[in-house]
Amino acid sequence: MTEEIIIAGFGGQGVLSMGKILAYSGIMQDLEVSWMPSYGPEMRGGTANVTVILSNERISSPILSQFDTAIILNQQSMDKFEETVKPGGILIYDSNGITHHPTRKDIQIFRIDANDEAGKLGLKKVFNMIVLGGFLKIKPIVNLDNIHKGLEKSLPARYHHLIAENEKAITRGMEIIYQVDPA
Amino acid sequence: MSFETHKFNSHIAVPENLVYAKTPLMNDKPLSYCPGCGHGTIHRLIMETVEELDILEDTIGIAPVGCSVLAYEFMGTDVQQAAHGRACALATGISRLYPDKYVFTYQGDGDLAAIGTAETIHACNRGENIVIIFVNNGIYGMTGGQMAPTTLPGMKTSTSPFGREQKDAGYPLKMTELVAHLPGTYYVTRQSVHTPVNVRKAKKAIKKAFELTRHKKGVSFVELVSNCNSGWKMTPVDANKWMEENMFPFYPLGDIKVPSK
Amino acid sequence: MKGNEALAEAAILAGCDGYFGYPITPQSEIMEYLMAEQPMHRTGMVVLQAESEIASINMVYGGAGAGKRVMTSSSSPGISLMQEGISYLAGAELPCVIVNVVRGGPGLGTIQPAQSDYFQSVKGGGHGDYKMITLAPFSVQEMADFVALGFDLAFKYRIPVMILSDGAIGQMMEKVVLPVQRPRWTEQEIREMSPWATVGRTKDRHNNIITSLNLKSDVQEEHNRQLQAKYKTIIENEVRYEESYCEDAEVILIAYGTSARICQKAVDIARHQGIKLGLLRPISLFPFPEAALIKYAEKVKGFLSVEMSAGQMVEDIRLVVEGKTKVAHYGRMGGIVPTTDEIIENVKNLIN
Repeated sequence: MTEEIIIAGFGGQGVLSMGKILAYSGIMQDLEVSWMPSYGPEMRGGTANVTVILSNERISSPILSQFDTAIILNQQSMDKFEETVKPGGILIYDSNGITHHPTRKDIQIFRIDANDEAGKLGLKKVFNMIVLGGFLKIKPIVNLDNIHKGLEKSLPARYHHLIAENEKAITRGMEIIYQVDPA
Repeated sequence: MSFETHKFNSHIAVPENLVYAKTPLMNDKPLSYCPGCGHGTIHRLIMETVEELDILEDTIGIAPVGCSVLAYEFMGTDVQQAAHGRACALATGISRLYPDKYVFTYQGDGDLAAIGTAETIHACNRGENIVIIFVNNGIYGMTGGQMAPTTLPGMKTSTSPFGREQKDAGYPLKMTELVAHLPGTYYVTRQSVHTPVNVRKAKKAIKKAFELTRHKKGVSFVELVSNCNSGWKMTPVDANKWMEENMFPFYPLGDIKVPSK
Repeated sequence: MKGNEALAEAAILAGCDGYFGYPITPQSEIMEYLMAEQPMHRTGMVVLQAESEIASINMVYGGAGAGKRVMTSSSSPGISLMQEGISYLAGAELPCVIVNVVRGGPGLGTIQPAQSDYFQSVKGGGHGDYKMITLAPFSVQEMADFVALGFDLAFKYRIPVMILSDGAIGQMMEKVVLPVQRPRWTEQEIREMSPWATVGRTKDRHNNIITSLNLKSDVQEEHNRQLQAKYKTIIENEVRYEESYCEDAEVILIAYGTSARICQKAVDIARHQGIKLGLLRPISLFPFPEAALIKYAEKVKGFLSVEMSAGQMVEDIRLVVEGKTKVAHYGRMGGIVPTTDEIIENVKNLIN
């Protein structure tokens, strides 16, 4: 099993930390992992993206041009990464701020209105965990026990009291993701 | 040396006649400095200090680029030779890694006040526990008498052949007054070695600087205004006179910052 | 751990005595990690933010001259500033580790990863005839492993060692197994192991002098001859490389660092397509794996050098191969990394 994922959105949406939690959870599940961010000024309010690879084999390139799954959280990222999903792959997106919905017919498209949901829950900060929950529903490559351990590992101890809230968000994400037809 | 002279010397050199001896820590090598230059005396004062404080095993010197680039040939302590201007950075590295050692730099005006200004200011500002010996003769002696940052207004050098003009070349830089303003410096003084009285005062200042290092007080900065008779194109005697008349009014001798009791 | 963080932790574990640096993207995590970790409380290691890269490398010179395990890190523009100091370190034969997390140039360039400092690292970079041992990590694990290795080689040969990484390896996270803690040397150990070091003169020896200055030409030529002899010994003993699928390969990719990771994937894909592609990854860039290249030069249709540069390492490959086989180059610049598709396309062109 090798899962090659790109997570892309705005800086501040928790894109990098979502990738980090996924990568740490993969380590807890004894997988090989790599986490490769786009770095630099882009991190400050511009677009941010991170490539996460989980595999039970040695990982070669941490930098990819095609992905099994693209998790897309803004329009710029949609424009850039929709075409990088491998045929038969998966595209997950949050419709908030999206004006051009995905159109490809050779991939599976899932929508998760995580931004709205986080607003409803009054928990804007766990937006990224709702998205992660959605992803794990479609691709259960890491089990929830290991996600818990991954959260413990990647969050500083002073935030550990927030883990339960994060897990609640993940569960909620699993409930609200749904498949859509290409636009 | 002829046999006769040798015999004559051995006749004179008896203990009861001994008033002054060669500093043992000065290596047995003829100095490469011009006759009348202050470097040899300043080297000796530092080596005497190291002997008197009995700190040879814990003393490391830094030689610069400039006339004293070969200082390590003459000084008997362990010495590192630095790239031009970087002596204070080397000293910082050594002193941080060996906080109980005595680290001194020995720098000219080009090294300390031009190319190494940043390293000097920042080492002083961090309060590194080091001794900085700054020999200021207002000229680049080694490379043949070019203008230094400390060259006096109107002073002729090979790169200011009509005299230093402030509007083109700026003003002489008083590094010693400048670093005295920084909280990291503890003891800042300006001395000279052109008369026996001044030599004694300079020795006292250098010894005090090393003693303060023992107590980890931060930077001790000792400027020594010196002549450069070849660069200034004067006889040694005239050079000292010119120094008194021209350098000292601009670079007055004495303590600039003294430790409060 | 991020590559940069793994390297920083490995420095503490390697018994490093001092780190002197100046912040620059994409390697600031190294000093940030060290400052947060406060190794003074763990091993007594000193960490100091200098006023410039020029000061950093000269603090390293001071520490190295006094026999300590010292290091600095920077990225391309900062490494350019250090070249004077590196030349002095090489001339005075001082051991130290210098890390370059390369970004694209020339000038201020970009903060994205590149491999355009190859020439600067393996050909000298500063003035004079000198070499640095240059190690090129291609994983977070090697970022960690090469610190202790770098110190070992640096002291074995009294030579500066460069770890030539890039922004991608520095910023990525992977699993890493950290080495065990090595003790820092005591002053007594330093005096015994490095009798040349300026630790302070004892009564039983003359004064130690660290210098790169020889005003007499014949002495300076002899010093140069000795340096060259040392580099020859290093070439004979310290070549490191890794090869995969080279035995039956029609074309061999030559790549290091991030490019080598991408090439691994290209080899996997090509083999699936029935193309006999191999990868030879130089781990030491100086010394360069010349013998391995010569061995395969007579067997393959060609070598393809894949670099994040306009073509630097390819010049060394051509020098070694001396026309025995085709040598091509594929590179991207400015912070762009080559893709597997582009690499395979170039391999096909080479075969035809």
